Amino acid sequence: MYTQSFSVPDGSDDAKSVGLKAVPKALNAQDAALQAQFDARIDADGRIEPREWMPEAYRKTLVRQISQHAHSEIVGMLPEGNWISRAPSLKRKAILIAKVQDEGGHGLYLYSAAETLGTSRDQMLDALHSGKAKYSSIFNYPTLNWADVGVVGWLVDGAAIMNQVPLCRCSYGPYARAMVRVCKEESFHQRQGYEALLVMMQGTAEQKAMVQDAVNRWWWKCLAMFGPPDADSPNSAQGMRWGIKRISNDDLRQKFVDATVPQAKVLGVTLPDPDLKWNEARQAHDYGQIDWDEFWATVNGNGPCNKERLGARVKAWNDGAWVREAALAHAQKQQARQQKEAA
Amino acid sequence: MSTTTSTSALKEWPLWEVFVRSKQGLEHKHCGSLHASDSEHALQMARDVYTRRQEGVSIWVVPSASISASEPNDKPEFFDPASDKVYRHPTFYVIPDEVGHM
Repeated sequence: MYTQSFSVPDGSDDAKSVGLKAVPKALNAQDAALQAQFDARIDADGRIEPREWMPEAYRKTLVRQISQHAHSEIVGMLPEGNWISRAPSLKRKAILIAKVQDEGGHGLYLYSAAETLGTSRDQMLDALHSGKAKYSSIFNYPTLNWADVGVVGWLVDGAAIMNQVPLCRCSYGPYARAMVRVCKEESFHQRQGYEALLVMMQGTAEQKAMVQDAVNRWWWKCLAMFGPPDADSPNSAQGMRWGIKRISNDDLRQKFVDATVPQAKVLGVTLPDPDLKWNEARQAHDYGQIDWDEFWATVNGNGPCNKERLGARVKAWNDGAWVREAALAHAQKQQARQQKEAA
Repeated sequence: MSTTTSTSALKEWPLWEVFVRSKQGLEHKHCGSLHASDSEHALQMARDVYTRRQEGVSIWVVPSASISASEPNDKPEFFDPASDKVYRHPTFYVIPDEVGHM
């Protein structure tokens, strides 16, 4: 799954720091040389690895983006985890458990990548749990019935894949490598969702209506996942300059629309947009206006499930505290015992 | 948002680097890192995180703190002496075509 983090500041960020980062005023000769080396490597499409010199703004942007991405994976487990105990068959239950476990793994790959930039796991989790850090807004909407689980796989994960594939070429090595791993696993997520919907579409009229209803509720939210239009996305240009972002929000959104239209046709559902039509001149689909006010309201904490998601996450963390402490105490005891035996 | 985290729990498990042998005959390859309380725990976590799809037949875990690494800033000095010794490569030597593959 994915986050629209490129353009969304965390709660703590100074509004002024959100736009293009100004070049620091007085670079000393050594810093200027390092900056020139860094720029040359980026221009040559090279990779930056941990512990190498990097501009502070590059590091900060990556920490924010990778940690938001990790948070999205972790919070993304909640809307689907909700359905594990109510999956319609043992097969679907096993599939859903595997998928939710993958999301947990994706969160872990990403937290690890962020840690190579000098932040700690606890700092990141604290930022999530205190509500300071953002995660993908898509998870602040409810999964009302089983069709939603299929649609989340098909459309939400489909949008995520569109977003994540270019990140495999990100200039920061650990992030790119984590994304390669994530993308390999994500394909199963989208296909299982689409296939679950195909099965429902062979069912009763009511089941078909459930699928259409879920598509209607999720479509526009998935389009918003790609983030604000390029014109309103000042961070994008800098992200592109740094080789963190490879394809613009609007271009990714267009690719997603063009890929999804034929899939919807095969599935036998319509996409809820009267303005959606093929544009022969552009060789792409035109589509209607996205409700950005709703998007920002949800990003800023006023979506239907923001409080519930964060509450569930914090409760799980607090309830698990004794397990984390016990594991550490056990390890320390074992270590002490070994030292005593060796003495 | 009404969210407080118990600060007593903010005590991290140590970090481990994970190396996986994807199949017999191949070397262990670094594939990522994770937090775990001890080595046994780290192995179990590595199995769950990095080999869910039969990606490995053997796992090593190493405390990240135990790894010594070359300094990124010393790269030119550290590695340069090798770059002017082209005679270490087979292509440095011109052999008549009629000799065939050598």
